[in-house]
Amino acid sequence: MVKINGEQKDVAGLSVKEYLVGANYSLFRVAVELNGEILKKNEFESVVFKDGDVAEIVNFVGGG
Amino acid sequence: MSTGINTQEREMIPGSVLVVGAGALGSAALIALARAGVARIGIADFDNVELTNLGRQIIHRTCDVGRPKTVSAAEKVRGMSPDTEISLHGRMTPGNIVATVSQYDFVVDATDGFGNKFLVNDGCVLAGVPFVHGGVVRLGGQVMTCLPGKTPCLRCLLGEVPPEGECPTCSEAGILGAVPGMIGSAEALEAIKFLTGEGKLLAGRIMSFDCGAGTVRVTGTGERDPSCRICGESPEIKDLLENRRDYGS
Repeated sequence: MVKINGEQKDVAGLSVKEYLVGANYSLFRVAVELNGEILKKNEFESVVFKDGDVAEIVNFVGGG
Repeated sequence: MSTGINTQEREMIPGSVLVVGAGALGSAALIALARAGVARIGIADFDNVELTNLGRQIIHRTCDVGRPKTVSAAEKVRGMSPDTEISLHGRMTPGNIVATVSQYDFVVDATDGFGNKFLVNDGCVLAGVPFVHGGVVRLGGQVMTCLPGKTPCLRCLLGEVPPEGECPTCSEAGILGAVPGMIGSAEALEAIKFLTGEGKLLAGRIMSFDCGAGTVRVTGTGERDPSCRICGESPEIKDLLENRRDYGS
């Protein structure tokens, strides 16, 4: 299980990109912190969630 | 010096803040800054007040429809804080933003749209002026302070300006007026904390509001991105006019 924004999700084995796309995030305006480190955008495809990971996903919005 | 924390006796907060955008976020930010007694406030905008703005742009009133937002907002700021010095500015562009933000101690990004937000980001980083980023849409939004050269900027986190269509603006996607009230106030709070030295800035941290779910989360951003095009080790963007396509200019 992976804790994403405080909720346990059964997504171990998925890449960060696969998860984001499946959860309908826009890859252009999202920041992902994994186990305390911010991922670079070019790492979304190669980094794979493991059991016990803790992720925070910030979905930036641009209105004002 | 005043901490901005209101007691019986009101003191002014020395220092200056430029609020870029007198719309939904800017309305809430300007009211909070004026009430706190910030000594000098700049207001930058280029639009006139429209009837459809009034549900979320709380500094303007029905009788202001058709007037420039800067003039309408300045009048309310003056009414709330007569001793505050107010300066008005027009549209921020790649050609004028660095010189404009350089006249202030701190900048509040209250613009609409990512092109404008990256313009404020890049202008403040080039000028070395601390600023708070804020964004809002529908029932949520985020706030993050950037201390240029010290903590990550918007470009460190997002890289490039998200393409149009990926990111609706308030007028396109709609918004509940109370939401920018919270987020604009949180931005003003960052400015006041910066000027007074009180509390801990959201520098290197993003505060995300999901007002629908009733949650607020704070995410650490880590260090600046060494490959960031504006604040990295070998910044590629040195002249905003040359980079103006990024901002939709």
